[in-house]
Amino acid sequence: LRDCQTSCQSVNQAQ
Amino acid sequence: MIHAFQLLGYNLVLDVYSGSIHVVDDLVYAIVERLKEVPRDVALAVLTGDSSSVLSDAAPAVISSDSLPALTENHSFTNNSAWNSNLRHELIDTLSSRYKKSDIEEAMNALLALTYDDKLFCEKDPSEKWCVFNQHQNLSISNDLECDRKHRGIQTDGSESCSRDGGNGVVSQKNHESCAFGKADGAIKALCLNVAHACNLACSYCFAGQGNYKGSQALMPVETGRRAIDFLVEHSAARHYLEVDFFGGEPLLNWPMVKETVAYARSLESKTGKRFRFTLTTNGILIDDDVIDFTNREMDNVVLSLDGRKATHDRFRVDRQGRGSYDTIVPKFQELVRQSTGGTHYVRGTFTHANADFLNDVIHLLELGFTQISMEPVVSPTDMPYALTSDDIVFIKQQYEELASLMIQRRREDRPFTFFHYMIDLEKGPCIYKRIAGCGSGTEYLAVTPTGDLYPCHQLVDNPAFLMGNIWDGITNTALQDTYRHLNLLSRKACRDCWAQLYCSGGCAANAFHTTGDLFGVDENGCELFRKRMECGLAIKAAEVLDV
Repeated sequence: LRDCQTSCQSVNQAQ
Repeated sequence: MIHAFQLLGYNLVLDVYSGSIHVVDDLVYAIVERLKEVPRDVALAVLTGDSSSVLSDAAPAVISSDSLPALTENHSFTNNSAWNSNLRHELIDTLSSRYKKSDIEEAMNALLALTYDDKLFCEKDPSEKWCVFNQHQNLSISNDLECDRKHRGIQTDGSESCSRDGGNGVVSQKNHESCAFGKADGAIKALCLNVAHACNLACSYCFAGQGNYKGSQALMPVETGRRAIDFLVEHSAARHYLEVDFFGGEPLLNWPMVKETVAYARSLESKTGKRFRFTLTTNGILIDDDVIDFTNREMDNVVLSLDGRKATHDRFRVDRQGRGSYDTIVPKFQELVRQSTGGTHYVRGTFTHANADFLNDVIHLLELGFTQISMEPVVSPTDMPYALTSDDIVFIKQQYEELASLMIQRRREDRPFTFFHYMIDLEKGPCIYKRIAGCGSGTEYLAVTPTGDLYPCHQLVDNPAFLMGNIWDGITNTALQDTYRHLNLLSRKACRDCWAQLYCSGGCAANAFHTTGDLFGVDENGCELFRKRMECGLAIKAAEVLDV
């Protein structure tokens, strides 16, 4: 199966 | 490190340190299950069958791959060849009762090809503890990032070498080691604006003390909002995308201020070259046409708080008179979603001990027409009546599996829906930096109170030990900021043997603090549920790929 939005687990985030 | 698991009819093999993910047949799975604990060179010896003089990095002639390493005189030999040979014979003998010998050899050769391509049995580098750092010259920590371990020679062999608690008692030495990790430019790129420390509901499980964060009620003045935007721009270094979350309490209680703050930020975009992304989290009580129109235009994401079935929702989410809010908010949420054009929205619920069967709440949300759903386990002290119990955890894991099965079924029926924690992006996921650094709380992300005080995270705003400064003077508690620079995957001892470490990045520090009293602590129940969610998400991916 090469260096972004702030994540809140309460890290799918997509250069 | 290899994690192999079977779920929903799929055999999955995750090679942790390369990030490779394989779906395999039963025979290959049986071989991996037997070898997953052995070192790479032993796996090679067993798979090649050349146990008398196994070259740990040389490819046998039977493998056809463009990326096989060249044979050099520097290859090391495996010493315990007899043990390796016995393991191979034992494995083949065991499998021979169920599979033809030619099939077994074919499966072993397929695993060999993956191993030589660095897609299986990848190991951490023994000196740097992380394979990526040493092998790839295009990742230069020394030029771009700080890492105490690399620059100051701090031991990483389990010694306890750091006491960075800023004097505030929020860190225990036993759980971590010193390794700062983050962009050296110290940029701040995201703010959570607590525009209202007040709420028109009084949800009994609310981490924000029913809206006012255990303090007095307050609304953020427009001037404070504008200063917060200026503060963000001033401290954003070269970042292009800046994020502002409107949060509370209930942010719609301060709706004119929200609109003015958005307008002010937009006015700065052309002058500064920055691009703002806004999000809003609301209980829905005050949603009207103006809110729907404005959020459609300006918000990249709206989080709508709804716990599921009416009885579930109204058990905790009540107004100041104790009346449930379900009947008021559901039509408003449905209208907002119906009119949604641009950004995303999530219907976000919380499940507790009272509704560990949360799958029924997810199904109810689907029946209401919502298809972007998030349902989160409550985080609370263990002595609260709604806290999840150990029996709940076992049951919830089963619920997660049934939810994954439902998602696969509905996608096949062309009725798909999304579940926040199952959305694993295998094509364009976060880079290794992001996976190590985590969410960025206390470093690139801060929460702002109505009076302009700064905290590392919206979940810690009620605790004076976490006061970091304010939007006029900046970060004044540099010791606490330094603590947060050390809050990363490399510093967490408990994460080293966990296969999910590069998916959770060490987990939520606020949850760790609320469950253990230590920012570097481990929320064991949270970890267990996270791992199950990752397995479910990967099984869903397997179904998507194999259905094509």
